[in-house]
Amino acid sequence: MYGKGLRPLAAATALSVTAALALVFFWAPNDADQGFIQKIFYIHVPIAIVALCGFVAGGIMALQYLRTRDPSWDLRSYVAIHLSLMLAVGVLVTGSIWAKGSWGQWWLWDEPMLVSFLIVFLLYACYQPLRFSIEQPETQARYAAVFAVVAGAFVPINFAAVRMAESYIHPRTLGTTTGGMPGEMMITFLVALVAVALLFVTLWKYELASKSARFQLRALRKRLGADVPAPRRSGAPELS
Amino acid sequence: MTRIVGVLLRKELVLELRMRESIPAMALFSVTVFVVFHFGLDADQVEGQLAAGVLWVTMLLAALLGINRLFVTDAEQGGFDAFLLAPVDRTALYVAKAIALLVYLLVVQLVAIPAFGFLLLGPGLEQALPGLLLVVVLADIGICVIGTLVAAIAIRTRTRDLIVPLLALPLLIPVVLAASELTAPLLAEGGAQALPGRWLTLVSIYDLLFALIAYAIFDFLLED
Repeated sequence: MYGKGLRPLAAATALSVTAALALVFFWAPNDADQGFIQKIFYIHVPIAIVALCGFVAGGIMALQYLRTRDPSWDLRSYVAIHLSLMLAVGVLVTGSIWAKGSWGQWWLWDEPMLVSFLIVFLLYACYQPLRFSIEQPETQARYAAVFAVVAGAFVPINFAAVRMAESYIHPRTLGTTTGGMPGEMMITFLVALVAVALLFVTLWKYELASKSARFQLRALRKRLGADVPAPRRSGAPELS
Repeated sequence: MTRIVGVLLRKELVLELRMRESIPAMALFSVTVFVVFHFGLDADQVEGQLAAGVLWVTMLLAALLGINRLFVTDAEQGGFDAFLLAPVDRTALYVAKAIALLVYLLVVQLVAIPAFGFLLLGPGLEQALPGLLLVVVLADIGICVIGTLVAAIAIRTRTRDLIVPLLALPLLIPVVLAASELTAPLLAEGGAQALPGRWLTLVSIYDLLFALIAYAIFDFLLED
């Protein structure tokens, strides 16, 4: 049931990712200050924005689970959170590379995007262990949902706090978008943002489809009386 | 609701008065951590930002001890079952536990902050006290709001004592950040300076936001 529309979505994703990469490398001008390394901005900032939205969306889906008690919402929230967690790792890695290229250091404590992602990453890294350490599936889903709601609200306030702590010593590329960024850069950035957002949605739908297909397959085999091995214990939600 | 919270809070405080489980441990722990900081930093006296950091990291670690113990008696000795049988609003338990934790923290700080001034702090505490009181109350509310929620989540897991610090520490980073930014000018060499207002706003918003969220979703943690 999750597979519906996956094919056109995947095609649109492939197209927009290709378009974004082409624009980044062949069309957008090099930054006057930072040169070529600044182009990592077109991947770093979009995945950061999408990961933040993914965490918040995971919280909203968890809220939906708490309201409806439909286990499929728990599955949706779980998949959104773990994809965002992977993107958060990507943000940390690309941010580190950018920091090394621009300022000569792998880690900068006065770069709010990196620091807040580190905190958010450390928090969400506990999502899996939390699920894993609760055995009863219904309790697991409920407690994980409560965690997801609290953490989803935490993401923006943490971002504000870390940003407030930094002195504004170096220019922020995104901060100057409204003022100084030339049109080509802005368009490239927006295309990259759309591409990453589509990629996220595609992966999310794909994983949901794959997981629900597996659950359906298991249910069918059970009905046929086949010997179904018990699923390996994991923190992932199970639909029957 | 107020009456039920009052009854539950009284139960918590009577229990703590009789068993003396959390507060003495937390107070002793804070003083020990100050001693550890003395050796770790190899400093006889600290001031300003460093003093604020030492104070708040210690308070946070001490609070974790209390958070870890917060629901243990209820889970082990049937307090939850008894509470769930009673025809009362479940959120009352959250409010009572959070207030109890706040009381614990304030009592601990009554010991720990003078001990900090005596052992480590360079500038005197007197001029900082009025401002510090405000910061302590605001930060403690934040710690209690999140701490009680984390304690309630962790009590049902198999690895409670691992989950509590792993969840609570990242969630409380904004509180520690704001509290130490607010405390730093108070403990500066050469007299206390004014509190930076934007950090007061941030910590108040944090307290309010998570209090509302906790109030809204605590019910879901107490269903079985």
